[in-house]
Amino acid sequence: MPDSPSDQSDRLDTRQLARLISQIERQDIARLGLLSVLHQRTGRAHIIGITGPPGSGKSTLTDKIIGQLRGRGRRVAVLAIDPSSPFTGGAILGDRIRMMRHATDEGVFIRSLASRGHLGGLSRAVAETIRAVDAAGFDDIIVETVGVGQSEVDIVRCADTVVLVAVPGLGDDIQAIKAGVMEIGDVFCVNKADRDGAERVVRETKAMLEAAVLNGAATRFSDLYRAAGQAETATAPATDRAAVSGTHHVAKLLDDPHHAHLRIPAVLLTVAEQGEGVAALVDEIKSHYGLLLATGLLEQHRCDNTAWELRNTVSDRLLAFLDADIVEAALARLAGGVVRRERDFYQALDELFGTVLAVSKSAHFNS
Amino acid sequence: MEQKIRVLVAKPGLDGHDRGAKVIARALRDAGMEVIYTGLRQTPEQIVSAALQEDVDVVAMSILSGAHNHLFPRVMELMHEQKLDDVLVIGGGVIPDEDIAGLKAAGIAEIFTPGTTTATTIEFIRNNLKR
Ligand code: B12
Ligand SMILES: Nc1nc2c(ncn2[C@@H]2O[C@H](COP(=O)(O)OP(=O)(O)OP(=O)(O)O)[C@@H](O)[C@H]2O)c(=O)[nH]1
Ligand SMILES: [Mg+2]
Repeated sequence: MPDSPSDQSDRLDTRQLARLISQIERQDIARLGLLSVLHQRTGRAHIIGITGPPGSGKSTLTDKIIGQLRGRGRRVAVLAIDPSSPFTGGAILGDRIRMMRHATDEGVFIRSLASRGHLGGLSRAVAETIRAVDAAGFDDIIVETVGVGQSEVDIVRCADTVVLVAVPGLGDDIQAIKAGVMEIGDVFCVNKADRDGAERVVRETKAMLEAAVLNGAATRFSDLYRAAGQAETATAPATDRAAVSGTHHVAKLLDDPHHAHLRIPAVLLTVAEQGEGVAALVDEIKSHYGLLLATGLLEQHRCDNTAWELRNTVSDRLLAFLDADIVEAALARLAGGVVRRERDFYQALDELFGTVLAVSKSAHFNS
Repeated sequence: MEQKIRVLVAKPGLDGHDRGAKVIARALRDAGMEVIYTGLRQTPEQIVSAALQEDVDVVAMSILSGAHNHLFPRVMELMHEQKLDDVLVIGGGVIPDEDIAGLKAAGIAEIFTPGTTTATTIEFIRNNLKR
């Protein structure tokens, strides 16, 4: 049980936040009251996704990014997701090892989450967990995904800025990026630049970004640059200046300056272990956020993402009705009817749908 | 929803022996638990802070360096300060029998020395959770 905040104007303390996240993870109904109270305090944090292949240095990079952001006076929370074993349901959550030096910093909160069977590179609870952490007053929330393969792109549904981490020496790395992960990146970084081949990965990544832009592929950054081009003179509202200050413009003009959407993002080199290039990376991340604010795309993305989450949650609820005893019984009866040719498949479908709707009307919700 | 047991496996002090901790971490994972491993050379402050943020049910510490009589009670003290009294704390490693009573008095629920099977540890955790 999280102790409910004694004074609603106070932030959640670490203990309350930690326990609320556990309630979220087990989808405990008791969480809903508190989350509902907290909702007014959310929406202020910059949510930064860090994604890339297994072992590319996401956690090491996150550790150094925390250091940079702390140096800029920001309170930072990290949600680090690792896979659960599909066989035992257990997990070793190892991301935190790389960040232990921040363990006793009051301005840093780190939570390890197991994916608990959820595909997509995140845990099911992550969107809700982000809101809880946001309400606790963290300025930046970093979400480290499980190592991405080809289809695990949920991070775009949660993060304002997605950092895609590539590394040299992974033969199929670029392949994975090609197959759909690249579209989700807002900021690109090639880590382990101390190793051979990093420059080549930068060149290949740029070439691929350029090709995507020229082919008119739907990338998040093209939308952003297009909006930025249309609102060249727009500036961020004064309250958001702090988030943007000290940053510079990211984009490189691909060819015609009047075609802002033809820009591609910079591709940065980092050596996470040494912290090299991390200041520039954080500048880039903040610059991206500044552009989101200036163009109004931040709110638009968040509306899209909330709609997506609402739709998914409704769909989960509807699926849960299929487990109701009445529905199970109807299923057996209707299936028999179809096989015996007493009714056709579509009549059975309509009848089943009617049963599900009836169940849904009498249901009590708790998630 | 099912209740997952979350465990922090920690290596306090300057002790570099991590095989035992890793064996335990893997065994607990294979028993279906979620294990957060801190890595080597952690201060009691770092361990307790991680336990708080991660909201673990169990803190499992491994020491082979001989510094257990100092480090284990210090962790217990900090756990109490943070009101983490409902977290089960266990320890293991190379720890002489004559030290065990004192460590238990300090609040460590059980000490597992070389030769104990991981099955024993798993069973102990399942039967002694405090919440
Ligand atoms: C392998 C080893 C090393 C390796 C360590 C490799 C590594 N990465 O772990 C190396 C060669 C690096 C090493 C170095 C040293 N070692 Co050494 N080492 C050992 C040795 C031979 C085996 C330890 C081991 O890995 N066992 C296998 C694992 C799986 O078993 P385990 O850790 O005991 O864990 C089991 C149980 O204890 C229990 N358990 C352990 N932790 C926990 C935690 C929990 C929560 C639970 C439930 C259970 C549990 O479950 C595990 C599985 O059954 C022991 C002697 C011994 N027989 O124990 C000496 C020993 C631990 N080392 C010792 C010493 C002195 C050193 C050095 C200081 C030597 C030197 N002078 O340089 C250095 C210090 C290194 C450092 N930085 O800390 C002494 C410690 C003396 C003491 N405690 O007073 C020992 C006991 C040898 C001795 N008899 O003198 N060592
Ligand atoms: N040479 C080199 N090694 C690095 C660099 N950054 C990280 N590493 C090493 O790469 C390994 C993996 O680093 P992590 O930070 O755990 O990578 P990760 O992407 O978080 O890994 P997963 O979470 O398991 O997918 C570690 O051994 C790091 O020390 C770097 O810039 N150069
Ligand atoms: Mg990691």
